[in-house]
Amino acid sequence: MSKLLKLALLWLWLLASSVQAQTANEPEKIRFAITPAVLNDQHAFLAEWRSYLEDRLKRPVEFVQRDRYRDAMDLLQQQKVDFAWICDYPYVVLKNEVRLLAVALNQGRPTYRASLIVPARDNRTRSISDLKGAVFAYADPYSNTGYLSPRYEIKQGGEDPSAFFKRTFFTWSHRKAIEAVAAGLAQGASVDSYVWDVLNRVRPDITAKTRVVWSSKEYGFPPIVAHRNVSNPDFVQMQTVLMNMKNDPQGKALLGRLYLDGFIAGSPALYDGVAEMMRMFGEL
Amino acid sequence: MRLFDLSLRFKMPLWGGGLILATAIALSGSFAVQAWDNLNEDILRNAQELGRITAHSLFPVMLHDDMWKAFEIVSSPYAANPEAAATETLTVLDTANRVYVSSRPEEQPVLGELASLGIDYDLLNGELPLAADAGIFVRDARDAQHIYVAIPIANGGVRLGTLLVTYNKSLHRERFLLLLKRTAWITLLALAVLLPITAYWGHRMMQPMRLVTGRISRIGIGELEPLDPFFYPYRDEMGMLFLAYEEMVSKLREKAEFEKEVVKSERMAAVGRLSASIAHEINNPLGGMLNAISTLRRHGPPDPLTQRTVSLLERGLSQIRETVAALLIQTKVKNRPLTPNDFEDIRILVTPAANKQDTRIGWSVALPAAVSLPATLLRQVLINLMLNAIAAAGQGGRLEVCAQIGGNQFVLMVENDGKALLPEQLNRLFEPFTRFSEQGHGLGLWICYTIVNQLGGTIGAESNLGLTRFTVIIPLDPAHDASAQDLPD
Repeated sequence: MSKLLKLALLWLWLLASSVQAQTANEPEKIRFAITPAVLNDQHAFLAEWRSYLEDRLKRPVEFVQRDRYRDAMDLLQQQKVDFAWICDYPYVVLKNEVRLLAVALNQGRPTYRASLIVPARDNRTRSISDLKGAVFAYADPYSNTGYLSPRYEIKQGGEDPSAFFKRTFFTWSHRKAIEAVAAGLAQGASVDSYVWDVLNRVRPDITAKTRVVWSSKEYGFPPIVAHRNVSNPDFVQMQTVLMNMKNDPQGKALLGRLYLDGFIAGSPALYDGVAEMMRMFGEL
Repeated sequence: MRLFDLSLRFKMPLWGGGLILATAIALSGSFAVQAWDNLNEDILRNAQELGRITAHSLFPVMLHDDMWKAFEIVSSPYAANPEAAATETLTVLDTANRVYVSSRPEEQPVLGELASLGIDYDLLNGELPLAADAGIFVRDARDAQHIYVAIPIANGGVRLGTLLVTYNKSLHRERFLLLLKRTAWITLLALAVLLPITAYWGHRMMQPMRLVTGRISRIGIGELEPLDPFFYPYRDEMGMLFLAYEEMVSKLREKAEFEKEVVKSERMAAVGRLSASIAHEINNPLGGMLNAISTLRRHGPPDPLTQRTVSLLERGLSQIRETVAALLIQTKVKNRPLTPNDFEDIRILVTPAANKQDTRIGWSVALPAAVSLPATLLRQVLINLMLNAIAAAGQGGRLEVCAQIGGNQFVLMVENDGKALLPEQLNRLFEPFTRFSEQGHGLGLWICYTIVNQLGGTIGAESNLGLTRFTVIIPLDPAHDASAQDLPD
C-alpha cells in the first residue's frame, strides 16, 4: 500500500517537474488587470479578447479581474500585473509608477464625462446641489466620475462633500450605481457617461428608469497603463497590437462589442483635469 | 307536482347526485381548510427560513457597512421571481429601527423610520424585541393583510439590526381561490361523469319496478298479465318482488277459476232443483193420466178414431214421462257394485253404433272385481259419454275409453278426436236442454253431471285441437257413498 503511494507520489513529482520545465520554455505570460472602468462582467468578451491578444502577441495573456480600483492599483504597485485598464483617477495617483499605454476612443474622442443621474420619476433635480440630504451612490473611492468629480462639484458649490448627503454608499461599479438609482435605492449617482451609454444600448430597461441631469466637462478616457518596469519592447508590442485592433476585422468586431472606436497612444495631458480636482482636495 | 311525487327514476339520480355533491363539498371543504392551513404554515416557514439565511449573510455586510451588498442580498430572491417580489418584502432595519436597506427602496427609503412606513409598521415598531439574543418574532394577525417575521441580525451577542420579512396575504388568498376554483372544476367534472351514471343506474334499477307497478295497478281492472322472469333474473329484493307478483297472479287466477266453478255449480244446482221440482210436479198427474188412458183404451168405445187419439195421447204422455224420468235420477236406490263386466256390456251395446260410422274404439279398463259404486248409474254415465263421443268422432273417428282406480278414486276418461268444442260450449256443456248436436234431447250430459255430482265426484271436459276429453272422477270414500246422498224428490 505504502509502496503504491510512494510510486504515485513519484509519478506526480515527475509530472509536476515536467510541466514546470515546459512553462519555463514558453514565453513569459502577460498579466492584465481589468477593472469596472469598462465592462468587467462580459466574461465571454474577455475570453475572446484574450485569445485575440495571445494570437497577436504570440504570448499567453491572463486577465486578472478586480472589482475595486484599489485592488487593481495594489496589483500594479506590487507588480503582480504588467498592464491594467484602470480609471483616470488611479492613473493620476500612480502616475510615477505607470506609463500611459493606450487610450480608447469613445465616440471618436479619447474622452468621457461624469453623468449625474437621478431616478426617472424625479423631475425636480437640475444639478447636484438639488440632491442635498439625499441618498447618493458612489461607484468607487478611486473613481473619477463616480467619486472625485461629484465631490469636486459639491465643493465647488461651497458645501462639505462629507456632510452634503444624508447617506452615501459605494456600489463598486458604475453599472451597479446606475442600477441603484434605477431601483430607487439611491436618489442620485454620478456615473461614467460611457458606461451609461453602453448600458443604454444593452439594457435600455435599466437606463430608462434613470434620467441624466447633468454632464461634466470632458475627462481623459480610462487609460490602459503599463508598469514602469515593463520592458520597452513589450510595451511597444502591446501598444501596437491595441492600436491596430481597429484595422483588422476581428479587432474591429471586438471593439464594436465594447462600443469603442479604437485605441490611440494618448497623452498624459488628457488627465490634467483630474489632477486639478485632486489638488483641490489636497491629494496632489 | 311535489318533488317527492316524482318518479323514482328521477328521484334516485337526484338523491344520488345530491349525495355525490354533498360528499364532494365535504371532501373539498376539508381539503380546502387543510390547504389553507398548509399554505399559511408554508408561508410562515418559508418566511422564517428565508429570513434566517438572509439575516446570517447580512451580518458581515452590515458590519462593513456595505449598503449596496446588503441591497443585493435582500433583492436577489426577487430578481428572478417578480411574482414573489409583489408579495414579499425584505427590510433591513438598523438598531434604531430605521430602514438600512429594503428590497423595495422606493416604498421604504433608506433611513426611513419604521414607524413612518405605514400603520402596521407603526404598531410593529413598538412590539419588536430589540435585545441581542431575542428570538424570531412573528406577527400574523388573522384579519391583517400582512404577515411579519422579524429576525435579529446578530452574532456573538452583537446586534446590528433586524431583518423584517413582510408577506402580503392577498396573493396567498388569490392562490387559495385558484385552488378552490380548481377543486370546484374537478368536482363538477366528477359530477358530469357520475350523474349520467347515476341516472342510467336509476333508470335501470327502476325499469323492473315500473313494470311491476304497472302490472299491479292493472290487476284492479282484471288484467292478470304474467311477468317474464328472464327480465329480472336476480335473487335480490326486486327478484323477490317478481316472484311474489308471479305467485300472486297465479293465486288470483286460481281464485277466479274457482269462483267461476262455484258460480257454475251453483247454477247447475239451481237448474237441478228447478227441473227436479218441475219433473216431480209433472210426474204426479202424469201417472194418473197414463192410468186413465190405459183404462180408456181397454174399456172405452172401440171406434178407431178414439183408439187412434188415445194412442196418440199415450205416446205423447210416455215421451213426457221418459223426459221427466231422465230429470229425476234416483241414486238412493241400493245397487250392486260396479264390475268389469258392466264395461264389457256397454262396449257390446255401443259397438254397433260405432261400427255404423267406422269409429274405432280404444279400450283400456283396469278395474278390480268389484268397485263400490252403483253399477246402474255408472253404466248410464258410460253409455251417455260413449254415445256422445261416437257422435262427435264422426265418420272414421277414434274413441278412447280408459277406466282405472287411482288413489282411492275411480277415474274414467272418454276421448274422441272429433271436432273440438268451442269455449262457450264448454262453459254450458252440462246444462240440461242445451243442444250442441241435432240428435238427443240435450239431457245426456246433464244426467251424467247429476249422477257424478250426487256420487260426490266431478265431471269435466277439455277440448284441445283434435282431442276432446271427458274426465269423471268419483271418490271411493265411504263417506261419499251413493246411499248417503240426498236427492231432491
